[in-house]
Amino acid sequence: MTIMGVCEELAGVRVALTGNESLARGALEAGVAYAASYPGSPTAEVLGTLARVAKMFNLYVEWSVNEKVAMEGAAAASFTGLRSLVVMKADGLNVALDFASALALSGTRGGMVIVVGDDPGAHSSVREEDSRNLCKALHLPIWEPSSVQEAKDMTREAFALSEELKLPVVVRCVTRVCHASGDVELGEIARPERRPQFGRNDRVITFSIQLHARLEQKLSRAAVMAGDSIFNMYTGPDKAARLVIASGPSAMYAREALDMLELAGSVGVLKLGITWPLPETLLLNYLKNASEVVFTEEVEPFVEDNVLALAARHWDELGSIRFYGKRSGHVAGPAGAGIGELNPDLLADSLAKIFNVPRTEQAVLTSQEAEALLGEKMPGRELALCAGCPHRASFWAIRTALELDGREGIVLGDIGCYTLGIARTGYYLLQTMHCMGAGVGIAGGLGKLDRFGFNKPVITVVGDSTFYHAAIPALVNARYNRANFMCVVLDNETTAMTGHQPHPGRQATATGEPADTVYMEEIIRGLNIPYAISDPYNVEDTINAVCDMLQQSGPRVLIMRRTCALAAVKGKQKNRVYVDWDKCIGDACGCGRFCSKVYACPANIWDAEHGKARIDEAVCNGCGVCATLCPQRAIVVERTVE
Amino acid sequence: MSAFVEPLNIIITGVGGQGNVLASQVVSVAAVEAGYRVVVGETFGVSQRGGSVMSHVRISKNKTYGPLIPRGQAGVIAGFEPLETLRVMFNYANPDTVVIMNDRPNYPLGCLLGEDNYPEPARIEDTIRRRVTRLYCLPATELAKEAGSPLAANMVMTGALVGSGLLPFGREYFTRTIEILFKDGVRDLNLTAFELGYRLVAG
Repeated sequence: MTIMGVCEELAGVRVALTGNESLARGALEAGVAYAASYPGSPTAEVLGTLARVAKMFNLYVEWSVNEKVAMEGAAAASFTGLRSLVVMKADGLNVALDFASALALSGTRGGMVIVVGDDPGAHSSVREEDSRNLCKALHLPIWEPSSVQEAKDMTREAFALSEELKLPVVVRCVTRVCHASGDVELGEIARPERRPQFGRNDRVITFSIQLHARLEQKLSRAAVMAGDSIFNMYTGPDKAARLVIASGPSAMYAREALDMLELAGSVGVLKLGITWPLPETLLLNYLKNASEVVFTEEVEPFVEDNVLALAARHWDELGSIRFYGKRSGHVAGPAGAGIGELNPDLLADSLAKIFNVPRTEQAVLTSQEAEALLGEKMPGRELALCAGCPHRASFWAIRTALELDGREGIVLGDIGCYTLGIARTGYYLLQTMHCMGAGVGIAGGLGKLDRFGFNKPVITVVGDSTFYHAAIPALVNARYNRANFMCVVLDNETTAMTGHQPHPGRQATATGEPADTVYMEEIIRGLNIPYAISDPYNVEDTINAVCDMLQQSGPRVLIMRRTCALAAVKGKQKNRVYVDWDKCIGDACGCGRFCSKVYACPANIWDAEHGKARIDEAVCNGCGVCATLCPQRAIVVERTVE
Repeated sequence: MSAFVEPLNIIITGVGGQGNVLASQVVSVAAVEAGYRVVVGETFGVSQRGGSVMSHVRISKNKTYGPLIPRGQAGVIAGFEPLETLRVMFNYANPDTVVIMNDRPNYPLGCLLGEDNYPEPARIEDTIRRRVTRLYCLPATELAKEAGSPLAANMVMTGALVGSGLLPFGREYFTRTIEILFKDGVRDLNLTAFELGYRLVAG
């Protein structure tokens, strides 16, 4: 919560940290030397935290162009004997997968920890991928913190295990731990002497099936060591016949649910901190006494399937056990088993059914009962681009230009704030949306279908950070193969969605030092792709630029450049925007309440009492675009920022 | 200060961009400064883009709780926006829950577009009063404007939360936390906003 807490020297004190700060602190306590990441929620703040203390602890910290490059750099530091950390969200592990699978085989030297942020419930992701199945396929140990404290402690200890096994260790942390905060008891910050060594005779090579055999041996050792880990924790009666096997924050939910059901005295909770390779002996000891076992974990039945396989192998040592979980359908939320987040209520409902006890606490209202009490429908609240977001203006320009063009052009997109182009404030423009940079590759494919009679104009939008991360190979491909499409770079000069991290197009590095800026125009020029630049706040010019470029063929790029509205007003006095009620003629205008209903900026509200448009000054970021679009010119901008 | 019932469950709710996360941060840092155990469950990232947001703050003398408050178990709901207060109240309040609400609506898109109707403020208040015995409704955004910026409504609300006397530790931990977390003009703005909220509720 405060950077002072992260670098507090006194071991044993309690400070308030977020889960992500706690992960960073764990790396400091382990003496990490090199840290790299590409920003992604829920783990975006881990590297940012380390960047802020990099000077103080003599660390190398970088925002890398993507997760694969980040992992390769961190591996390099490990090869020289330094401890290194690489941080990514689950989607990022997909990007780094090719290298990760080779790295598991070659092995590492200095302790190397891979923090992977999974997002059960997809709070800030397009999917809720459970990275554990991938990590198992990679043959990497998986540790799962269940609390903010464990995020630190596990990260620190994972470095030691990695060094012992000469294998990267994954700390898989879910949103409810990364984005949680709480008091953390600190350990000592390590200050090892750092002497990177990579001699002429050192070789770190992935080549031969012998390495596969060696990797399996490492995992067998890891399984034995997992049995002694302090991060597996049992609470409950001795020799419990009824047992919950939990991992991650679901262990906390399970304990609270059992308390609510007054079952804590008769049902044990075995919290697994290490979920791969499984601590088999430990598990078998508990399974031997059990007749009913419930699995709680997020998202997929990972521990469940692996424990079921373990039980099958040891069927003759175990009694008759009933297993309840996602496979049996007993541990399930409203969307179904293995889908979405868990919580204490969901587990209390599930456990009450499984153990056949009543839920005694006060019932809450159903949404129907709540609406009956209110006497009307509760409006929902959908996600929206922020007030003043340049993407809204860009989407408006693209939409208008396509209407003028009249050929039913299609628009593709991918991952960033501009993903909201799939929804209302992006006018539902985006027709495909998959992963970082995917829109450009898909546009390239559509742009080659003219021989089959597909002649619609194709526009793909991509953010500036995404451009560097994943769009460049697709643009090279498009140039080389002469694909016909228009790429719009929505350049808001930052990685906005994850908290305004810099990228290669910026002037400073992660640690605030001057960077050798990589200008996207130079890359595009180098590819011999024609391009233009427009300011989306100048809507008319931008519409014209889109219309002009739609007339061209081959690959071409239009950069719509305007700083993120939130970044632009940070620490500054905002422009004051207001509606001149002498000029606004309300519904008599015929504009259909353009500013609020059509342009759909949340700062443009409607004053029902007076029947006129109004600006919500608590929401408005002062971009003034609505003033240029109002047919009555009734919106006034008092400029304080340019 | 009222008797402390373990754990104290506080839900801070509002709309992305209203400063929920910062308010919960101030509460949790102050709690740790005062020697309490605390856990805050929240989500941010894309969920902040104009959507409903909710932070669960759980304060305990000596126990670590999970980051999510079970249904019906909120001790206090601090709502930065009426509709979101109502939404959270339906799910997490019991008759003893204390609700502290900013009276300033933030209209969802569906309401701006005329597809949904935003309930009348009086009706929202009345509905809350039918479920809980204590409701403080205050013009937090207006008070924040008085302090210097409508964006400081989160600190007015934090002040009101402390002013309610429901927390087991005093306002000095909060003013110190605000002094630690913020600098210069923002610090002064937040301290003024906190005071205005505190005084309105504490009297």
